[in-house]
Amino acid sequence: MEYKGITREWDTLKKDAMERAKNAAPYVKEGKIVDAKDTVALLEAVIKPFDKVNIEGNNQKQADFLAKCLCQVDPAKVHDLHMVQSVLTLPEHLDVFEKGIAKKLDMSFSGPQAGRIAQFLQEGKLELGAIHTYLELYGRYFVDLTPRVALVAATMADKKGNLFTGFSTEDTPAIVEATKFRQGIVIAQVNEIVDELPRVDIPGDWVDYVVQSPKPFYIEPLFTRDPALITDAQVLKGMMAIKGIYGEYEVTSLNHGIGFDTAAIELLLPTYGEELGLKGKICRNFILNPHPTLIPAIETGWVESVHCFGGELGMEDYVAARSDIFFVGPDGSMRSNRAFSQTAGHYAIDMFIGGTLQIDPYGNSSTATANRVAGFGGAPNMGCDPKGRRHSSGAWLKCGEEYALNSELWGPVRRGKRLVVQLAETFREKLAPGFVEELDAFALAKNANLSIEPVMIYGDDLTHIITEEGIAYLPKCRNMEERTAAIRGIAGFTEVGMKADPKETKRLRELGIIKTPADLGIDMSRANRSMLAAKNVHDLVVWSKGLYNPPAKFRNW
Amino acid sequence: MALQVLEFEFKSEATQTIAKEWSHLGVTGSGDLEVLFEKKDLGGNVKAKVVTPVKGFDAVWEKMIEKFVNDTGVGNISIEINDDNATPIVVYMRLRQALAEATAKEAE
Repeated sequence: MEYKGITREWDTLKKDAMERAKNAAPYVKEGKIVDAKDTVALLEAVIKPFDKVNIEGNNQKQADFLAKCLCQVDPAKVHDLHMVQSVLTLPEHLDVFEKGIAKKLDMSFSGPQAGRIAQFLQEGKLELGAIHTYLELYGRYFVDLTPRVALVAATMADKKGNLFTGFSTEDTPAIVEATKFRQGIVIAQVNEIVDELPRVDIPGDWVDYVVQSPKPFYIEPLFTRDPALITDAQVLKGMMAIKGIYGEYEVTSLNHGIGFDTAAIELLLPTYGEELGLKGKICRNFILNPHPTLIPAIETGWVESVHCFGGELGMEDYVAARSDIFFVGPDGSMRSNRAFSQTAGHYAIDMFIGGTLQIDPYGNSSTATANRVAGFGGAPNMGCDPKGRRHSSGAWLKCGEEYALNSELWGPVRRGKRLVVQLAETFREKLAPGFVEELDAFALAKNANLSIEPVMIYGDDLTHIITEEGIAYLPKCRNMEERTAAIRGIAGFTEVGMKADPKETKRLRELGIIKTPADLGIDMSRANRSMLAAKNVHDLVVWSKGLYNPPAKFRNW
Repeated sequence: MALQVLEFEFKSEATQTIAKEWSHLGVTGSGDLEVLFEKKDLGGNVKAKVVTPVKGFDAVWEKMIEKFVNDTGVGNISIEINDDNATPIVVYMRLRQALAEATAKEAE
């Protein structure tokens, strides 16, 4: 048999990039520098219709100037773009669809723009590819969603295009690597152009153009929680979590989701955790943004290491002064590479714990609401049992041993299970129920015409639910019927909880599948804010010995 | 917003009552509530009056207070609650705290 190769050119991408560079040449000044005023013209020169374009938008750092400029290109020249980006936060991220510059979207998370995405989908202004997790989207950058042009943000650049992303590195390395090594074009907006960088985070030959933006890039202090707003109910759930899960399984490596529930836990470690004698036994290694509420636990010697997805405004000096704990470069500032942090969060930790909005009787958990296409960012990467894991640890093995289906599904092989814990209040503010018979994700899938329901954590991955009523230890359940009964048993007076059979709940308590605060030996009258190691932001500053410098909106003294 | 007044009465095993004739805990602030306990001879029963702006949760109020009565066995008290959108757990915690306070006073 004779094989015949095809005849084609094998370097069309490179030639196309060179042609685009030629179009852009008039705007380039010294080295790789382009003036801010020429940025719109630069974008029109290097972007072609139907390109895949990435605007760096993380959940913290934003390439906001480049996003604004992309909105100003002529839709007659640049149209039908396919936006591939992790986070849509700024109005401009959606304006490009309104103006007909972009058509298709693949994303992870959208926060404030979630309502507009749903609206644009219904109006046909936007075509949605998929809502990914962060790692999944980064993965696709290297498969079928490689950006042709990437618009990224860095703290500083030099004339050769070397970038310093420093404390807020986040997604930049993943985006630039995918784009540049497939002959794409990388444009960076920077706060400052300097002669010498503190360190090089992205080599200059991976970057095509550098623009000094008129204002420093926008950054949101997304992970700062004021201890003054933590409620007694959150203190109660935090005490239950520490005693009933952290202590019970001796969880040493973990991620905390965003929110007041986990902020409460961080502030209970030096008080309640200490009282239980758990120091050194739990919470040693975190995959976590530099949460200000973690300061007291660090200062009292609980924490050995913290690797961060991104930075957090005001924590720069504190982190730099604690280089034994955080990942800090030779220049003295932290590096936060989200792709590595997400990888660690997926494979290398024993527990994910975070809040949610809704849980159904099967244990599926979601923050999706009927009219907002928001996505979940990185939560599902950590809130799942990583099937590729092959190292063992105490907490992981214990959870695997408790898994009632282990011999049925695993045979004689010893395996473990990631702890995936959801903190939920039976009713939240405005009495919105935390437990529902059908997740709003179903209505959203219908409204936004999605092929699958956007579920944050799948029921079969969820191992524990903590409500003020009790903890449900789901792996101990032998079948779905028992699992549903366990969930109903801690769902309080929600529609899900009302269907609980008190006899069955009692039986599950006897089996240790449900544990109430009393079963755990927790005195509810002690669950109040006086248990917290810091009562307000000022206390955190004091704990940090003045190194934490909170943003103005958190200063009320 | 119009306030609603809900009134309930529960049978209790009345294994305990409060020491003080009258006690008070909490503040009617957003997401919170105040609880007033008054010792009364109700043949062991517990009476409760709830003033709340929240509509449609009468059954939840009833069940939550009933749970408190069953869990603690408290009897012969009249409870008055002035609520501003507290969640059930806050209600339950405040009731427990109010009871702890009203019984702790006994030692004084």
